Amino acid sequence: MQTPTKGAYLAAELRLPTNWVDYTILGIYFVVVLGIGFAARRSVKTSLDFFLSGRSLPAWITGLAFISANLAATEILGMAANSAQYGAYTVHWYWIGAIPAMVFLGLVMMPFYYGSKVRSVPEMLLLRFDKWAHLLSSALFAFAAILIAGVNLYALAIVVEALLGWPQWVAIVVAGAFVLAYITLGGLSSAIYNEVLQFFVILAALIPLSVLGLKKVGGWDGLTDRLTAEHGANFTTAWGGTGIGSANPLGANWLTIVLGLGFVLSFGYWTTNFAEVQRALSAKNLSAAQRTPLIAAFPKIFIVFLVMIPGLTAAALIPGFGTSDSGYQYNDAIPYLMEQLLPNGVLGIAVTGLLAAFMAGMAANVSSFNTVFTNDIWGRYVEKGRDDEYYVRFGRLITVIGVCASVGTAFLASSFSNIMSYLQTLFSFFNVPMFVVFIVGMFWKRASVKSGFWGLLAGTVAAMVNYFWIYQQGIIDIPSDQGANFVSAIVGFVAGAVVMVAVSLFTAPKPAEELQGLVYGTTSPGMSEPPAAGDDAWYRRPALLGWGAIVLAAACYIPFSF
Amino acid sequence: MSEPHGYSEHDVQREVTELQSKSATAARIFDLRRIIGGLFVLYGIIVTIAGINPSDSSLDKSEGININLWTGLGMLLLGIFFLVWLKLRPTPPPVRR
Repeated sequence: MQTPTKGAYLAAELRLPTNWVDYTILGIYFVVVLGIGFAARRSVKTSLDFFLSGRSLPAWITGLAFISANLAATEILGMAANSAQYGAYTVHWYWIGAIPAMVFLGLVMMPFYYGSKVRSVPEMLLLRFDKWAHLLSSALFAFAAILIAGVNLYALAIVVEALLGWPQWVAIVVAGAFVLAYITLGGLSSAIYNEVLQFFVILAALIPLSVLGLKKVGGWDGLTDRLTAEHGANFTTAWGGTGIGSANPLGANWLTIVLGLGFVLSFGYWTTNFAEVQRALSAKNLSAAQRTPLIAAFPKIFIVFLVMIPGLTAAALIPGFGTSDSGYQYNDAIPYLMEQLLPNGVLGIAVTGLLAAFMAGMAANVSSFNTVFTNDIWGRYVEKGRDDEYYVRFGRLITVIGVCASVGTAFLASSFSNIMSYLQTLFSFFNVPMFVVFIVGMFWKRASVKSGFWGLLAGTVAAMVNYFWIYQQGIIDIPSDQGANFVSAIVGFVAGAVVMVAVSLFTAPKPAEELQGLVYGTTSPGMSEPPAAGDDAWYRRPALLGWGAIVLAAACYIPFSF
Repeated sequence: MSEPHGYSEHDVQREVTELQSKSATAARIFDLRRIIGGLFVLYGIIVTIAGINPSDSSLDKSEGININLWTGLGMLLLGIFFLVWLKLRPTPPPVRR
């Protein structure tokens, strides 16, 4: 789920004792990243190759890239911070705030996305609604993608400055240049391949860190004992203190957790954020596309432990971790443990993993930005009907421009970090109305072509009004930013849905023959493809994978619930 | 309904199907398993070597666990797994669609 927005400052005393072994490991990684870019270059012939890997990748690659695109370093540091601050409530961002939505994407929505052969999420809105909904969603997405890419770069610069002592501008320019090089060369294929690589490196970094952290605090029992003594018994439970009306540090109750986080925010992010969905659209057939988020769901269930344990460990080791008198920020949890526990060697892996995660987080946004900008904005409204080579060239050009814009955003962020976190919050509300418009358009055939644009607009505005005016001006009292996020998301969802229904009742419906394959219960021509050989194996059946993930996530709640 | 819908699902289907028939990714992209396998074998060797004869100070730091050795061996195994998988199930020849 979306990372909590906090200023990403690290304490200066976290400088890591890196040596030549660590730098060798880091250096090798950078060489491999570039090598993938050069090697992928020869596979780019058409615009479909550049933007969607020719719709030809196997499910395990797109699935791991799907999880990796989410596992950016801001997410890793942010969720560890979340755990240090709120405790085991962090599991909600994974088990209820991700798995159901990922399964829904794979089982219910993917046949529409992949079967209709759209190249982006906004293009789906063009087919179902009209060009206004399409243009609004494309423009907002393109803008948000650059912003988030820039925020990732800026966060990388801060972390690298604190841990390795590089000046911020060096980190921004170096990381920006590498991402620029490998996406311009190899397009989405090289972004996806690097994401899969990053997935394994980050696991190799987080697993030793969690093991050593647990050992240091005396195992899980030692950890819960210490945390209970300092923060109370609810700190290590998932639902303790979330009754309606009772106070807890998260500032949310079970209803806002289930509806706001688990339903609205999570479904908005996982099912309509193109940076994620793009990975599935590059899969080689419908079965592989459906399995993309389902394969990703299984690591997602367990990754929470690898970010939560370091966060909880840091909170247990240093009393008041994250508060001003401890000298540490919540975001310092993972860097602090790296400095305390990792010897040279594994330390190099951990530094590489963090840097790789920052670059992958940025690259996922850049590679989805260039697709939407080229196909949905430039190719649709500015330079229509040019030959395919033109759009490949333009895609490369806009990648360069996009990376330069995010480098600029990163430098801006370093001088106006408050404005950045404000903007990030602003855009976090954009996925919610996207989801309303999708879900209403997909399940209600009466939803008119005009209702898409107005639903999108109304939902976005309502969520923002609730957050920035009603919450921040204190008109209603919500104890924390996270809690307010959940409520704003629910408000945005309801407003978008109501406006869509109202507009639909006063405007003409879309003719039934134009709705084929766009509304639930109809099929598009592309969906009649016969399944590929071997896809009928039991372990490749989407329904089994999907329901398996749901059951597993629910079972994970049990030890945290009583 | 005021304006005719200029762009339909059939247009997308036609465009993308045509592009897909010309696409080169399936035929020319290298197999990622080779890269993951190679990188993790290399990393595994480096980190395992760092874990042979650990200094007392680095052992103290990592709670008495020789974490370099274990992590290095783990990474080595993962690398070998990918190379063996590649050997057993080589890249399938591209299918013309």
